[in-house]
Amino acid sequence: MDSFSERETLATEKIKAEVRRLNFYYGSKQALKNINLRFAENKVTAIIGPSGCGKSTLLRCLNRIHDLYPDIRYEGEIILYPSLINIISPKVDPLEMRMRVGMVFQKPTVFPKSIFENVAFGLRLQGEKSKSVIEGKVEKALKMAFLWEEVKDRLHRSAYDLSGGQQQRLCIARVLATRPEILLFDEPTSALDPTATAKIEELIVSLKEKITVIIVTHNMQQAARISDYTAFMYLGELIEFDRTAKIFQNPSEKLTEDYITGNFG
Amino acid sequence: MEYSEIIRKRKREDFIFNVIGIFCTLVGIVTLGALIVDLVMDGFQKLNWQFFTSYPSRFADKAGILSAWVGTLLVMLVTAVTAVPLGVAAGVYLEEYARRNWLTSLIEINIANLAGVPSIVYGLMALGLLVYQLQLGQSILTGGITLAFLILPIVIVSTREALRTIPQGIREAALALGSTNWQVVRHHLLPYATGGILTGVIIALSRAIGETAPLVTIGALTFIAFLPPSPIQSEPPYISFDWIWSPFSVLPIQMFNWVSRPDRDFAVNAAGAGLALITATLSLNAAAIFIRYRMRKKITW
Repeated sequence: MDSFSERETLATEKIKAEVRRLNFYYGSKQALKNINLRFAENKVTAIIGPSGCGKSTLLRCLNRIHDLYPDIRYEGEIILYPSLINIISPKVDPLEMRMRVGMVFQKPTVFPKSIFENVAFGLRLQGEKSKSVIEGKVEKALKMAFLWEEVKDRLHRSAYDLSGGQQQRLCIARVLATRPEILLFDEPTSALDPTATAKIEELIVSLKEKITVIIVTHNMQQAARISDYTAFMYLGELIEFDRTAKIFQNPSEKLTEDYITGNFG
Repeated sequence: MEYSEIIRKRKREDFIFNVIGIFCTLVGIVTLGALIVDLVMDGFQKLNWQFFTSYPSRFADKAGILSAWVGTLLVMLVTAVTAVPLGVAAGVYLEEYARRNWLTSLIEINIANLAGVPSIVYGLMALGLLVYQLQLGQSILTGGITLAFLILPIVIVSTREALRTIPQGIREAALALGSTNWQVVRHHLLPYATGGILTGVIIALSRAIGETAPLVTIGALTFIAFLPPSPIQSEPPYISFDWIWSPFSVLPIQMFNWVSRPDRDFAVNAAGAGLALITATLSLNAAAIFIRYRMRKKITW
């Protein structure tokens, strides 16, 4: 990819995170090859590409969730601005990165506890003890996740009583409560119906006022609808990065065009 | 016409196997049923207040199971208190902390094998280690720890299985919020696995409650006409642990003792004790089934 054009694309943006010469290995298998990519602050960046292209792997580098599993290796750096911390440095505590970079998974991962306790869990991890502070932050997070009106009368009921879409919004509220700097979404709507998906998409767009969003999706329409920038990956490499409109209307690379027009993948 | 002949033949085979199957099932069920009915018919007359509150005696009609059921209760208490923390902690470590390598595989295979070791071998080990080396005596403490060793593999395996039913997504979600491994275990995995772990523990205890051989090996008494010192005292500090050093007998040993006597009247006593023991075992199993049922209703992944 032409790095000059990338500089130009993001010229007016404030940068939140920068991936530099990133290689990633599962055992001896290289899953990411020399990735260079920057994420604009308070914008939504979508990562698209066919299954196995490394888009989820890249996302999971950003909060060091890979560290849970044996035989993985990072090379290169991912700089978080403005603190200039290298996320993947062995000297950086993965716990800190996970508190600063939140993640929402493909399947809603609510805990089998009450709605309130689900959101309060992250706050308690951050050492918050005051009941009134926790209550305030839980309410605020649920409002930010467009869920408050639906659950305010049953906060202490099991989160399992919620529908799939509500559960996913609860997961988003749970992450938001801890006020992360970046929010990662790993195919957040692939298990949801179109109505629930629309609501999550609306939510994601509203979130970028406060937070930097990076979303992995295999739904190209979704990327086109909600993202400001799009990165296209293929076989562990970053093929093209540009404004979303440009990627979907006039991509520079033949491979990107083929993927977007449905010729493969 | 030809078809109907073939169909009839095949249906006959089907019917024959059906009959054989019913017969084989009945062999198992009827035998068990006959045993229980026989036990009830012999022993039911014994299930009265006097039987439960009397010490063993030379006279069959005066003999009771007081010291035996108290012994069983106290030994089970020591067993549970020892085996549960050890087994659950080991299970959590193996499932959630240990890296997968040849060493952990070796440990896993050994734990599976330990579950199949004959119980008398545990008795021999306990005799050498607990009674002679550690000088714990032929006490309730020794008996309880011996049975704890015996059921430890079951507790470990059921803990691991309970943890394995929890989806990986729950762990990832909790860790992604910045939890440590211990916080995931403490706030999520253990609470969600409690039902499964408890079920395993109860099944293990119901196995331990009927064990005779290892306790005979370490020197449990076959005749004992006094109770261990009471754990609750009238004077400060009100709680006493002297009972753990007391000699003891348990229900199956008491049964064995009575069965081996020539006097027919003692056989009735044995049936009574057997009935008490089988009731305890079945209640434990019922509790396990109930807990599992409740937990399944509460948490479904």
